[in-house]
Amino acid sequence: MTARRTTPLAAGGALAALVAVSLAACAPGPSSPAGGGGSASLAPVSTAVPTDKTTLTVWDQNTDGGISDAQDQLNKAFMQKYPNVTVNRVSRSFSDLKTTLKLALSGDNPPDVVQANQGYPDMGAFVKAGYLRPMSDYAKLYGWDSYYPSSLLKLNSFSADGKTWQGDNLYGVSQTGELVGVYYNAAVLKKAGVNQPPTTIDELTADMAKVKAAGTLPLSYGDVEKSPGIHLYGVVLSALAGAQSVTDLVGGKSGSWTDANPVKAAQTITDWQSKGYITPGANGVSRDAAVTTFGQGGSAFLITGTWYQATLEKAPAASDLRFTALTPSGSSTPVTMGGEGLAWAITSKAKTPDVAAAYIDFITDEAASKVLVQTGNLPTVVPSGDSPKEGTIAGDITTRYQAISKSNGITPYLDYATPTFYDTLTAGMQDLVAGQATPQQFTEKIQADYGEFVKSNG
Amino acid sequence: MSRTSSSRRSLAPYLYVLPAFVVFAVFLGWPFLQTLQYSFYDWDGLSVATWAGVQNYADVVSDPVLRSAFGHALVLMLFYSAVPIVVALVLTGVISRASALRGMSVYRTLLFLPQVIASVVVATIWVSIYSQGGLLNQALRLVGLDSVARVWLGDYALALPAIGFVGTWLNIGLCLVLFLSGVSTIHPSLFEAARLDGAGAVREFVSVTLPLLRGQVAVALTLTVVSALKTFDLVYVTTGGGPGTSTVVPAFEAYNRAFNTGKVGSAAAVAITLTLVILLVTVLINRLSPRETS
Repeated sequence: MTARRTTPLAAGGALAALVAVSLAACAPGPSSPAGGGGSASLAPVSTAVPTDKTTLTVWDQNTDGGISDAQDQLNKAFMQKYPNVTVNRVSRSFSDLKTTLKLALSGDNPPDVVQANQGYPDMGAFVKAGYLRPMSDYAKLYGWDSYYPSSLLKLNSFSADGKTWQGDNLYGVSQTGELVGVYYNAAVLKKAGVNQPPTTIDELTADMAKVKAAGTLPLSYGDVEKSPGIHLYGVVLSALAGAQSVTDLVGGKSGSWTDANPVKAAQTITDWQSKGYITPGANGVSRDAAVTTFGQGGSAFLITGTWYQATLEKAPAASDLRFTALTPSGSSTPVTMGGEGLAWAITSKAKTPDVAAAYIDFITDEAASKVLVQTGNLPTVVPSGDSPKEGTIAGDITTRYQAISKSNGITPYLDYATPTFYDTLTAGMQDLVAGQATPQQFTEKIQADYGEFVKSNG
Repeated sequence: MSRTSSSRRSLAPYLYVLPAFVVFAVFLGWPFLQTLQYSFYDWDGLSVATWAGVQNYADVVSDPVLRSAFGHALVLMLFYSAVPIVVALVLTGVISRASALRGMSVYRTLLFLPQVIASVVVATIWVSIYSQGGLLNQALRLVGLDSVARVWLGDYALALPAIGFVGTWLNIGLCLVLFLSGVSTIHPSLFEAARLDGAGAVREFVSVTLPLLRGQVAVALTLTVVSALKTFDLVYVTTGGGPGTSTVVPAFEAYNRAFNTGKVGSAAAVAITLTLVILLVTVLINRLSPRETS
C-alpha cells in the first residue's frame, strides 16, 4: 500500500525535474541555420562531373507507372554515362514524401537530391531553414534560365530567407508539366445541342444548363479526399481573374481573397451546386468515382489535372473525351491552374553539388523529355519534334500546355499560398459545395488564414 | 550491519523493474518529455523554434476547430463505448440464459472478428458500404427508403455518427466476449438460487449477472473509451476530417498539424492535452471497478 502511494509521488518528482531540465534546454530546431541560404558561401560550380566514386542519394515521388519507368530508364542512362556515380533511388508517394522529407532534411545525413513541393508549405520552409542550395549559378551554367518559361522558373524560386515565394533565388527545376483544365465529353455535349467546347466560364455555365436540360449530369465532382476542391476553385478563379492577379494573390504580392473575383468564383460554384450541375453529395464521393462516372459517359465535364490523361485514355468513353482550358475576358490565351511537377532540388549538405546538378540536368533536359513522352508523361518543356495526334486527349493536352506555358498563362496551385492554406481551403470548399458556407463566408475564412500568414511573414 | 542488509533488500525489487523502466524511459518517457517541450514553442519542424508560452494550450480552448475536435471525441465515446456496452450487456443476458448453446466458440470467434481485422481495412470496407451506390444505400432503396439514402460520409450531420457506428460495430464483439467470459465465472448456484426465489430473466440479470460483471464492464469501458479518444485511423482513411471540419478528432488534428501544416508546437499541445484527458478518464473509470476486498 505504501509503495503504491509513494511511487506516483516519486515518479512525479522525477518527472517535474526532467521537465524543468528539458524545458530549460535549447529550443527545438537547429541551433543555427544550416547554411546555404546566401549565395556568397557557395563554391565555384562546374558542369564537369568528378571521376571519384560517388553515391548520389535521390528522393523522388515518381511512383506512378509511367513516370516510375521513365525515372528508372533515366537513372540507368546517367550511370552509364558516368560509371563512377551510383544513383541510390528512394521513391515515395507524394504524401509519404511530404511527411518524411522534413525529418530526412533535418537529419545529419540528408539525401543529395530531393523533389520538393513548391510554395510556402514545403519549399519555403526548407529554404527558410537553410536546407536547400540555391541553384541560380547552375541555371546559368546549364542554360536552364533560357530553356524553361520564366513563369515556371518563378514557381521554383524563393528569396534567400524563404519568406518571399517567386523570389530571386532558384531552388530547383521540374521534370514534368501539369495543367488542371476542363475535360469534356464531345458526344454528350452534342446530344445536348452543344457543338463547340466552352471557352469561358459563362459558356461553361450555359453548356451545363443545356446538358442538365438534356437529362445528363453536367459536372462530375468527387471531393472526399479534399484536394479536388483546390482544382475546382483554382480553375474557376483563374478563368475569371486572369493569370497575373491569381499569381500575385497566391504569391502574397497583392490582392485579397475577399476581392470581387475570388468571391465571384465561389459564387459561380455555389450557383452550379444549387442548380444541380454538380454530382450530388460530392463531399462523400471519391475523386476516382467522379473520374469513372465521366469516363463512362455519365457526365459532360470533369475538372481535373493532366495526370488523369492515361486513365481517361483507357476509359470506356475514351474516343469522345477531350481536354480544354478556359480564357478569361481580356486575355487572348487560356489561363488555368497548373504548373510543373515537384522541383528537383539540391540539399545544402549534398556532398557533391556538381554531380547533383549534372544529374538534375540529365533527367530534365530535352533528351530526358523524349523519354518522358515515350512513357506517357507530359514533360515540363515539350520536345520540339513532339506532336501528338489532333483530336485526342493527348493532342489537346500537349497543344494547350505548350500554348499556355509559352504565354505564361499558368496560375500556381492555390495551396502554395500559406503553410496552412491547404487545410483551410479544402475544408472551406467542402463547406461551400455543401451550402454550409456562403461565398462571402468562404472567402473570409481563407482570407483570415492568408492575412495571418502575410502578417507573420513580415 | 543490519542497516546495509535492509537497504539491499529494498533495492532488489527496483533492480527487477529497471529493464522495463529503461525501455519505458527511452521509448515513451523521453519522447513524451520532448513533446511536452515542443508544446511550449512555435515551431514548423524545420527552422529555429520560438518560445510560445502557453499560447498553444490556450488555442486548444479558443480555436474552434480544436475545441470541436474534443467535442467530436465525446460524441465518439458514446458510439464506441456506451452503445456497445449496453448492447453487449443485453446480448449477454440473452445468451447466458441459453446455457447449452452449441458451437459457442464459433459465435465468439465471429463476434470478435472485427477486432482482429486491421482498422485500415475496416475503414476501407465501410467507405464502400457508405458510398452512393454502397451496401447501405442499396438496402435502403430495396425497402423503399430512397429518400433516406445519401452519401453518408459527405453529410455534415451524419458523417461523425457514421464513423461512430463503425466503432460500435467494432466494439460490440469485444464487449460481448469480455462479458460472456465474465458470466462463465459466475457460479451456477447463484443463478439457481435466483430462479428458486422466483426471479425472471430480467430480475436475474439485474440482481445477479450485472453486479458480478462490474469488473468486466470497467475493463470494457476503459478499453472502449480510450479507443474512442485516440481515434485516428478511421477518420484518416474515411473522411480526413471532412466534410469541412465536421469529423476532426484530436489525434487526427495532432497528426495533421505536425506533418501537414507545419504547426509542430500546436500539434504537441493537442497531443499532451489528449494524453491528460485519457489519463483523467481512465482514473475516473477505475473508481468504478470493484475494490479488492481481501
